[in-house]
Amino acid sequence: MAMSGAPLLEPETAQVSRRPSRLPVAWLVAIAVFVTFWLYGKPLFPAAFDYPKAYVIKLAKWISSAMKWLINEASFGLFSFTDLTRFISAVLDVPYTLAASLLSTGFLEGSGSSAIQLLPPLPWIAVIGLVMLLGHWLGGMRLSLLAGGCFLFLAVFGQWTSAMITLASILVAAPLGVVFGLLFGVAAWRWHWVERMVMPLLDLMQTIPVFAYLVPVLFLFGFGPTAAVIATLIFATPPMTRISILSLRAVPSEITDLGHMVGCTERQMTWRVMVPAARESLMVGMNQVIMLSLNMVIIASMIGAGGLGFDVLAALRRLDFGAGLEAGFAIVALAIAMDRLSQAAAEKLSAPSPDTQASGLVARHPYLVAALALLIATTALGYVIPGIRTYPEALQLSTGTFWSEVVAWININYFDTLEAIKNAMLINVLIPFKRFLGDLPWLGVTVFLGFAGYRLGGWRLGLLTLCLPLFIAATGQWEKAMITVYLCGISALFASLIGIPVGIIAATRDRLWSWVQLAIDTLQTLPSFVYLMPAVMLFRVGDFTAMIAVVAFAIAPAIRYTALGIRKVDPKLIEASRAMGCTEWQILTRVRLKLALPEILLGLNQTIMFALSMLVITALVGTRDLGQEVYIALTKADTGRGLVAGLSIAAIAIIADRLISAGASRARHRLGLE
Amino acid sequence: MTIPEAKLVCRNVWKLFGAEAEEFLVSHDGHPDTDAIAAAGLVGAVRQVDLDVHEGEIFVIMGLSGSGKSTLVRLMSRLIEPTGGDVLFKGENLLKASQSRMIEIRRHQMGMVFQHFALLPHLTVLDNVAFPLDIQGMDRAAREARAREMIELVGLAGKESAFPRQLSGGQQQRVGIARSLAVEPEIWFLDEPFSALDPLIRREMQDEFMRLQTKLHKTIVFITHDFDEAIRLADRIAIMKDGEIVQAGTPEEIVLTPATSYVAEFTRNVARAKVIRTRSLMKDAQGDEENGARISARANIAEAAPLFLDGAPHLGVTDDDGRVIGRLDREAVVSLMLQG
Repeated sequence: MAMSGAPLLEPETAQVSRRPSRLPVAWLVAIAVFVTFWLYGKPLFPAAFDYPKAYVIKLAKWISSAMKWLINEASFGLFSFTDLTRFISAVLDVPYTLAASLLSTGFLEGSGSSAIQLLPPLPWIAVIGLVMLLGHWLGGMRLSLLAGGCFLFLAVFGQWTSAMITLASILVAAPLGVVFGLLFGVAAWRWHWVERMVMPLLDLMQTIPVFAYLVPVLFLFGFGPTAAVIATLIFATPPMTRISILSLRAVPSEITDLGHMVGCTERQMTWRVMVPAARESLMVGMNQVIMLSLNMVIIASMIGAGGLGFDVLAALRRLDFGAGLEAGFAIVALAIAMDRLSQAAAEKLSAPSPDTQASGLVARHPYLVAALALLIATTALGYVIPGIRTYPEALQLSTGTFWSEVVAWININYFDTLEAIKNAMLINVLIPFKRFLGDLPWLGVTVFLGFAGYRLGGWRLGLLTLCLPLFIAATGQWEKAMITVYLCGISALFASLIGIPVGIIAATRDRLWSWVQLAIDTLQTLPSFVYLMPAVMLFRVGDFTAMIAVVAFAIAPAIRYTALGIRKVDPKLIEASRAMGCTEWQILTRVRLKLALPEILLGLNQTIMFALSMLVITALVGTRDLGQEVYIALTKADTGRGLVAGLSIAAIAIIADRLISAGASRARHRLGLE
Repeated sequence: MTIPEAKLVCRNVWKLFGAEAEEFLVSHDGHPDTDAIAAAGLVGAVRQVDLDVHEGEIFVIMGLSGSGKSTLVRLMSRLIEPTGGDVLFKGENLLKASQSRMIEIRRHQMGMVFQHFALLPHLTVLDNVAFPLDIQGMDRAAREARAREMIELVGLAGKESAFPRQLSGGQQQRVGIARSLAVEPEIWFLDEPFSALDPLIRREMQDEFMRLQTKLHKTIVFITHDFDEAIRLADRIAIMKDGEIVQAGTPEEIVLTPATSYVAEFTRNVARAKVIRTRSLMKDAQGDEENGARISARANIAEAAPLFLDGAPHLGVTDDDGRVIGRLDREAVVSLMLQG
């Protein structure tokens, strides 16, 4: 291999510890000290068990007053901060109003109930037709039928108006998210200092729960669809930024050299060489942004996004399962259509298309012409036949009552069984674990985490894992944080207990794996809100319900990483083991699982991250953890309270992430995989 | 023999990777030894390189992976910033050139071919070849005409609207070559251009390359890890090891008098008859050579050998103008051939 670029040798990597495994004395001592302190330390050091109130840092209050100052007094000379936020709102409102008018409300004159409709929205048939044309162009007949079917579902089941409002928000937020993400990514790629500023911010934003974004947005931009679009943008831009940085970095160094050798200026380098060369992976980012936007637009119904999310939310509040499930299904249909369409778009647009030699408008742009014709025809016909403009109500099916009856039936017939399961779990597992965590001394936990960080990743990590719990305790959130840890921990545990065996079983069976993969891919495209509905239906509100929803949401990465890890094991090794006469069981336990361990650990890591992000949303079903804190802050528009709780959740996520990553990387070193 | 003008000169060029490498180099008067570099925790990718590339010659830099040859060629075009030394291109010190001057030089005077082709996946063959001209701001008609000419030159006519992924490796590298020639560079860098190709295609591309060179007479810096390729193509070779040039000279000099045992390792299996030229083996003319068969002083012994088949005891050796300048004895040829 040719030597290219800088060979950066890290002195440490060369001398990975190869010492024989011995008893982890340091760990045993640390655990013994911790347990002793926990059991006997309380009378001696009460402050180590309950964080002294006098020393609580009133961070929440400070942030809130800072926000108030921002709103009321901050000024940039020519204009005030409020002018700025109003300006942003006004700018974003233009495309949103346009999209919403086109898809849902029609163009209105005036406001409120006295508004007069100047132009009707696009006929439903036209929208379905456009989606089908798009599907056909991007991926052929099958995709066309799938996408059209999903949209038809929305119309038939009476979810059209809500779904179109949701779609309008996405149509505004997703392209902007892609553009901003790409710009940030390019800037970070081009200027090192930007990257150094952006990367930690991205890490933090990825771990702060989605709810926490909503609080400051609500405070600064008010309640309504525009604020929701802003929240969606803030949520969907960081992953695009990250993907942009990664894909620009993954461009082969020869391509960069080429750019320099032909004498590109910086600008030519970026837009003529790097971005086109990274097109394929950037397109993957586009798909992610669209799916994340959908997820966030649903959640942002809490700050007035309206649409399908609002329907679910309203149904949850009324405990109207039928309506909730219907809206939930509509979200699923929309999600599937958007996911498949954007995936096909990524594939289509990253492969170069040969020049068409055809002449004439129709031959060169058949899809465009067809779309225009469709629009004109349906709009014109819409004035004559109302059924074309809006889906006739007589033909709508409502399954709401059906689902309500199903739920009622389940509750009548299986109430005792379900209740028994729930209570058994609560009494035997959940509550004892919660008590156990609640009893632990904060100081002991903090020091122990610091020690674990130091042992796994050196003094830097140790310092981090010491300071973050300290932050949680010092801002007076220890108790709630422990409830979060308990719910998250127990959910991640169950998700792993189910997910890892499923992954193991599916990994070595190709056909089964392709089905499982399809299932978890689909599960992952669903907005997190959707998971709440069935859990609430069966178990009503409470910790157990929250746990079920979280497990359902967090199981996908556990399965995926386990299976991928096992499938990645070198087939030559399997062959060699078989040649040595290993039984299948031995191959699994002594070879496959051993070598897949780092992947499985990463899967665990992801499972915990997923669990935490879902946990916050389960605040809607009445948990009492940090997520609830954020939710309450949202209803009161209390930015400080929401942000501090959000940051604490982020702290928990970061601690778990860093400790497990350090452990996984040590495992990889030990196995000689790195 | 006239000494051709040096087109590109490297003087005491260094590339050290690591923290504060520049200060380190200055503090050691520009000549630190291996131990000092290691002690400072630096990595010497290219060390103390002096060489000059003459007008119109093929200068091959040969070395195994990690020897610093790819870094060296990137120092010559300043794709990588040298830690110390001078790189003179037509007498101008590139390391003192401003950013915009460098862009100017690269746009109009340098061309480079890459090991893995470095074709832009989203552009057609035509657009890829025209790309450097497009970057210069040339208008579409002119650049496409020039690109078509180049595509014709490398034998890819008819493939203009194909995309890189639709081409074989050899074809892709032809596109790379056409692209690098589109700007009519004065110096042509080829970084292991044929290493990623199958042996048969590699051979074919080497022939193609020689054909182009007899037509174009470019000044060429050619990087390779393949000693046979170096022998085959080079006017002069520099052999690199651990960032240093261990020997530089004509293929003949290197094969006949390897400077170190490391170089000897490479030359051991080379058929000398294919490297050594008649000029090196000839003796002074004795006056009777005019009548017998003759051979050019540039030919190698393997080419001369068949002429002895009819039993002649010696051949006349002629210079470029056809004058006899010496004689090649049968015994000398036989003993060289027998040595392998």
